Amino acid sequence: MHTETHTGLESPKGIWWKPAHKSEKVWVGIAFAWCMVLFAMMPLWHWKGGQNPSGIRRRVEPAAFFARTQEFIQQYQVDTDRGMPIVAPPPGSDIYLTGMSFQWTPILKLQKGAEYILHLSALDVNHGFSLYPINVNFQVIPGYDYGLRITPNASGDFRIICNEFCGIGHHTMVGRVIVEDAPATGTPGTGGTP
Amino acid sequence: MTAPAATFRTCPVTTRRIHDQAESLVKINAVVSVVALLIGAIAAVLIVLTRWQAVHLLSATWFYRLLGVHGMSMLIFFIVFFEMAVLYFASTALINARLVAPKLAWFSFLLMLGGAVLVEAMMWGGKADVLFTSYVPLRASPAYYLGIILFAVGALIVTGIFFANLVVAKREKRYEGSLPLVVYGAVTAAIITVITLLHGAAIYIPTFLWSLGLMHVDPQVYRMVWWGLGHSSQQINVAAMVAIWYMLGGLTIGAVVLNEKISRSAFVLYVLFISMASAHHLLVDPGMGPAWKVVNTSYFMYMAVLASMIHGFTVPAGMELGMRLRGYTNGMFDWLRRAPWHDPGFSSLVLSVVVFGFVGGITGVTIGTEQINIIVHNTLRVPGHFHATVVSGTAMAFMGATYYLIPLVFQKRVAFWRMAQWQPYIFAGGMFIFTLSMTFAGSFGVPRRHWDITFSQAPFDVPFSPVVDLVLAVVAVGGLLAATGAFMFVAIAVASVFFGKPLGEITKGTAMVGVPQGITHPPVHAADVDARNAALHAPGRGIMGPAPGTIVLVFVFLAAFILYFFVNWKILSFVWKIG
Ligand code: HEM
Ligand SMILES: [Cu+2]
Ligand SMILES: [Cu+2]
Repeated sequence: MHTETHTGLESPKGIWWKPAHKSEKVWVGIAFAWCMVLFAMMPLWHWKGGQNPSGIRRRVEPAAFFARTQEFIQQYQVDTDRGMPIVAPPPGSDIYLTGMSFQWTPILKLQKGAEYILHLSALDVNHGFSLYPINVNFQVIPGYDYGLRITPNASGDFRIICNEFCGIGHHTMVGRVIVEDAPATGTPGTGGTP
Repeated sequence: MTAPAATFRTCPVTTRRIHDQAESLVKINAVVSVVALLIGAIAAVLIVLTRWQAVHLLSATWFYRLLGVHGMSMLIFFIVFFEMAVLYFASTALINARLVAPKLAWFSFLLMLGGAVLVEAMMWGGKADVLFTSYVPLRASPAYYLGIILFAVGALIVTGIFFANLVVAKREKRYEGSLPLVVYGAVTAAIITVITLLHGAAIYIPTFLWSLGLMHVDPQVYRMVWWGLGHSSQQINVAAMVAIWYMLGGLTIGAVVLNEKISRSAFVLYVLFISMASAHHLLVDPGMGPAWKVVNTSYFMYMAVLASMIHGFTVPAGMELGMRLRGYTNGMFDWLRRAPWHDPGFSSLVLSVVVFGFVGGITGVTIGTEQINIIVHNTLRVPGHFHATVVSGTAMAFMGATYYLIPLVFQKRVAFWRMAQWQPYIFAGGMFIFTLSMTFAGSFGVPRRHWDITFSQAPFDVPFSPVVDLVLAVVAVGGLLAATGAFMFVAIAVASVFFGKPLGEITKGTAMVGVPQGITHPPVHAADVDARNAALHAPGRGIMGPAPGTIVLVFVFLAAFILYFFVNWKILSFVWKIG
């Protein structure tokens, strides 16, 4: 075919840098504007929104993080469930959760409406923090401390599913988070000065 | 001329000159690709029947093992071997050129094949239960990483041969003017392949050494560089798919290029803005800060999104215009009604565009948003998304192209022709159900890559809503339907290539069983096509211009996109405050 009009299988003849029809230009413009909206939502949510994956991030030796978690357990342990310590830290404190094949340590007991800094890390391989049933998900990587400010907005008995493949026992890796309505006075646990 | 000892034939349909060596390489790569598809589809059936909790077929070990086999066989071996066939085809047959280094080409094929066999052997033998992402410090046997390296080196050589073919074709004046748009698209895919394989070398060589105990690999750095490979390779798939969209449009209904400048610029955007798109796999990772995440998802990725939105307009608009130029000018959608829906090349094309755009594109951009990813990461929404892109989009397009490659390259009739006419609908329909239901299940927080969401062996119960059981059953039904479509395709391809009837004489205008309509009734344009085109572009037709039907369609698309995007922000706003 030697016509100007051609399919994508034929070489365009001569110069192909030609003006496009208005409808095409308008669509490119609209698509571009929409991409800008897609972009703008992210900074906007950092500024106005309540859910951001920013956190306080730093590198940490996996063993050191685990040691810090155990120290945290000793400080605030109130009970055990199936051999796993239940820890009730005071509102506002730094709290530590270690993922390892195939468990989450410890069980956290938190208060509704209070803010905590939740430190996530792993002892061995990658794990996935997935809070059931509200569906909040973070990657947990050995060697990195992910410190997220969290504020539970409802009381209840929650689970932590591991949603990153971590070995053949991956599907048995479930942790627990308990959120209680804030007591009238005082804080549970033995600590108090974080 | 300078083509020593090369034998050519002239294609009776397209009158293009075809080099026998190039043709053999197209064939062998396509055949191996289909074998990989078969392995991947068998694994798919077994894993989908395991995730259906009521059936729960495989043991945990075999579920994870076959999930690895499925990911690797499909995403890497099926897709990449097919892409190698596309590269050979685009750089030789489409522009009447020859294959410059046949010996090297065969050598690279053997490298890829050897690598693939080694990887499969390791996975099936239980020496690489790490899934296809193999995040360190999960450890596979060193031979597994070595197999991937061999495969990648082979692919890199093929890419080099592709560029050499183009250079020699230009020098030997095999084509006039610029490269056809389809070949241009293949060039962008090849450039992205080089970028991708460099990331691949940067991650798999250290990981291989690590597996031998020779060096340390940081798990977060691994994830970043690995996704430089993993995501860029998806961009190869997109570029190759779009090139095939333009090709199938031209072959089936005489789709024209609306504007070369716009389509080519969109391809360039793919090349320019893809390198750090790995960021959207790391949105809820601890290693990177918000600025890095926002810049790399938005600035880099959204320009690639823009490119896809442009192709999402120009491809259907070119099809509409092609039909209108051939006389189907009534109303808004007559061109669509009167299209050859029983030509599997055409139906594959349309289904690929629609499911890729409406399901894959919309979900992908939404879940790749920094904050929205909090309610998505590693749930079933993720495989729900990418089975709508690389499977319903790329794999569907590749299947459609195969219905034309069988007569044009293999010179055989398409076997089981009635089945072939149904196949695209069954595959895409199954995938449509599968992807939407997986996305739905994922929004309840159902994890991906998980053997047992009843958590029967876990210390604490996790009582998912009974709705989830029902949805997972729907996932299984959709998945089995799609797998049926895949098996039909494999049967058709194998029967045509190895046992098919020779193509024989084609009489233009006479339908033939086993030959797509675009070949028996080539959609040629009339001699006065330029005048017709000018009339359709006349200012008097107003802003809707030459393709009014497409404009309606793209605005339906945009409305769905906007709705889905903001609904997700709304859902996010209900969860705990996190920062
Ligand atoms: C033929 C029909 C197919 C069915 C029924 C199917 C089904 C599935 C299922 C059930 C999963 C597991 C989801 C999970 O538990 O996380 C999965 C994962 C996957 N599929 Fe498919 N699939 C099909 C085709 C394909 C094709 C053609 C490709 C690639 C081109 C593909 C690529 C993948 C990948 C990369 C994964 C992720 C593996 C992983 O998480 O490690 N699938 N598929
Ligand atoms: Cu885990
Ligand atoms: Cu896990």
